[in-house]
Amino acid sequence: MPATERRIIYRHIDEPGYTTDLVCYQRHGGYEILRKAIQRQPEELVQEVKDSGLKGRGGAGFPTGVKWGFLDRKSGKPVYLICNADESEPGTYKDRQIIYKDPHQLIEGTVLSAFAIQARLAFIYIRGEMFGGFTILERAIEEARAANFVGNNILGSGYSVDIIVHRGAGCYICGEETGLIESLEGKRAYPRIKPPYFPAVLGLYNCPTIVNNVETLCQVKHVLDMGGKEFAKIGVPGDSGTHIWGLSGHVAKPGYYEIESGKATVRDLLYDFGGGPPAGRTIKAIIPGGVSMKILRMGEKFKVKLPDGSPGEWGVLDIPLDSGSFAQCGTSLGTSGMIFMDDTTDMVEALANLNAFYAHESCGQCTPCREGSLWLKKITTRVCDGGGRMEDIDLVKTIADQVAGRTICAHGEAVAWPCQSNVPKFRDEWEAKIRAQIHAREHPEGAATTARTGLRLV
Amino acid sequence: MNLSEKTLKYIDGLIPRYPQKRSAMLMVLHAIQEEQGFLSKDAIEWTAQKLEVVPMAVYEVVTFYPMFRQAPIGRRHVKVCRTLSCALRGAYKVCDSLQHELGCGLGQTSADGNYTVEFVECVAACGSAPVVIVDDKLHENITPEKAPDFAAKIKKETTVSLPPSRY
Repeated sequence: MPATERRIIYRHIDEPGYTTDLVCYQRHGGYEILRKAIQRQPEELVQEVKDSGLKGRGGAGFPTGVKWGFLDRKSGKPVYLICNADESEPGTYKDRQIIYKDPHQLIEGTVLSAFAIQARLAFIYIRGEMFGGFTILERAIEEARAANFVGNNILGSGYSVDIIVHRGAGCYICGEETGLIESLEGKRAYPRIKPPYFPAVLGLYNCPTIVNNVETLCQVKHVLDMGGKEFAKIGVPGDSGTHIWGLSGHVAKPGYYEIESGKATVRDLLYDFGGGPPAGRTIKAIIPGGVSMKILRMGEKFKVKLPDGSPGEWGVLDIPLDSGSFAQCGTSLGTSGMIFMDDTTDMVEALANLNAFYAHESCGQCTPCREGSLWLKKITTRVCDGGGRMEDIDLVKTIADQVAGRTICAHGEAVAWPCQSNVPKFRDEWEAKIRAQIHAREHPEGAATTARTGLRLV
Repeated sequence: MNLSEKTLKYIDGLIPRYPQKRSAMLMVLHAIQEEQGFLSKDAIEWTAQKLEVVPMAVYEVVTFYPMFRQAPIGRRHVKVCRTLSCALRGAYKVCDSLQHELGCGLGQTSADGNYTVEFVECVAACGSAPVVIVDDKLHENITPEKAPDFAAKIKKETTVSLPPSRY
C-alpha cells in the first residue's frame, strides 16, 4: 500500500479557494484555539507542549517545551518571542508555504506561544528576499489586530502582545538564533558565545528570549488543540507529530509532503511521493535534511536497533522518516528538506557547490570557519577545474576536521559535515577524477580531456 | 539627504515600534535603498543620526548583508539562485543564458543600464528549481530551455522610463 500524507500544518495549503485573508481563515476554524487557550493558565500551556514531546522544526530538533522551560523568570526582565522565518538552509522551503499561503496559522501559533511564555512583544524575522511574504504577513497582522487577536487585551483576557515583522537582508547566519538576535539588535549577525548567552537567559537586549521556527509555532497551535498527550501519540516515540518533507534535486516530482513521523521510509518518499528518479536515471546519493546534514550514498548499509529492540540492517531507502532513525544512520533529518542526486551528478562538484555556499555565508567571526570554509571552497573548485592533486582528498577531510567543534556557532559543523561525509563515501570518485587530471597534465598531447562536461554545479 | 515624504513618514513610524531604536536598522536601510536604489555615504550618516549610533555602526551593517549595496545597479535586478538544488536542475546554464540574452557579465550591469545579473545563494524555493528573482518577485521553474524566453519577457517589460531597480 502506498504511503499517504497526513496533513496537519498543511491542511489547507494549496486547497482550491483557500486564501490568506482572515475571513477565510476563520471560516476554517481559525483563532478558535486561541479563544479557548487564552482562558487557561500559561503554565498549563507550557506543560501541554512539554507533554507533546514536540521537537523544534528549525533543524536542530531541540524539544520545544524544554527550551521554553529554560526561560529565566527570576530576572524580572521582559520576555521576548522571536519567530525564525529566515528560512535559508539549502533544500528547505517548507516555511515559505506557510508564510505565503496560510499566514494566519503562523500568527495564531505565535500569539499562543507568546501567551504561554508571557511575552509582550513578538517578532517575526523574515528573510529579506521574501518581500511578498513580508507584505502578506503585515496585512494579516493588521487584520488580526483589528479583530483583537493581536494587540491590547486580546479577546478581553487582559493579555496583550504585539507582533513586529522584521526583514533580514540576505544572510544565512541569521538563521542561527543568536546571530538572528544580534541582527535584530541592528548589528552584524555575529553569533554569540554560549555560555553565557543562552537566549532563554540573555537573549534580545540581554532579556530572556525564545526563538522558534515558523513550523514549530504552527505545531504548537495543534498541540494546544489536541492536548499534549494526544499529540504525542502521532508519529513515533521520541519524535511526535508530522514532518513536512520538501523534495528537490533529481526527482521526477519535486514538492512538499506532510507525513506522520516514522510512518514512511525514504523509499516511500522517493517513489510514492516523488515519482522516483528522472526517467532513465538511478539515484546515487541523498542529503536528508538541508545540505548541512551528512550525505548518504545508495548501497550503504547501517546496523541499527529496530523499534522492538532487536538488531537489524537498513539500506538508505529503508530508513524510516523520523529523527531517531536518521540519527542511527549517522546523519540527521535536520529541516527535512531532502535533496536527491542521480548518477549524472559529479560528487566533487556537488561538494564544491556547497563549499562555495559556506564560504560565502561564514560570518567571519571565528578563524577556523572563516579561513577553513574559504580554503575548502578554493581546493574543491580547483579540483573541479582540472587542477586536482591526490593529496587534496585528505586535505579536504583534514581541514573539515579542524573546523568542526572549534567555532562559536554550529556553522562550523555545517561547513565540516558535508566534507566529512562526502570525501570518505565517494573517495573512489575523487581518486578517479584526480587520476584523470594528473594523466591529462602529464600527457597534454593525449586525447584525454579534463574539460568539464555535462551539468555544471560550480 | 532627500527622502520622499512617504518614506520619511514610514521610517518615523517604524522606529518607535522597537524597544531600542537601533533595532530598526535593517528596516530603515531597506526603506532608503528601495527609494534611492543604493545606500550612499549620506544615507549611512543620515541613518546613524536617526538611530543615534556612530556612522561606523551603520557602515558595518551595510557591508555585511548581501542585500545592501553602495552603488546603483541596472533598472532590473536579476538574481539567479546557484545553490545545490537549483544547480542540479541547471542554474548555471540558466545564468549563462540570461547573461548572454541581457548583454551583461556576471555581477555586472548591461551597457544600456537596464540589467544587472547576479548569482545569489539559496532562496528557499528548492522544490521549483531553478528559480530566479527579478527585482522583488520570485520566478519558478526557469529551466535552461525556458531561459531565453524568460529573458525576452524581462526585456519586454523594461523601458527606459523605469527607475533603477530598488530591490
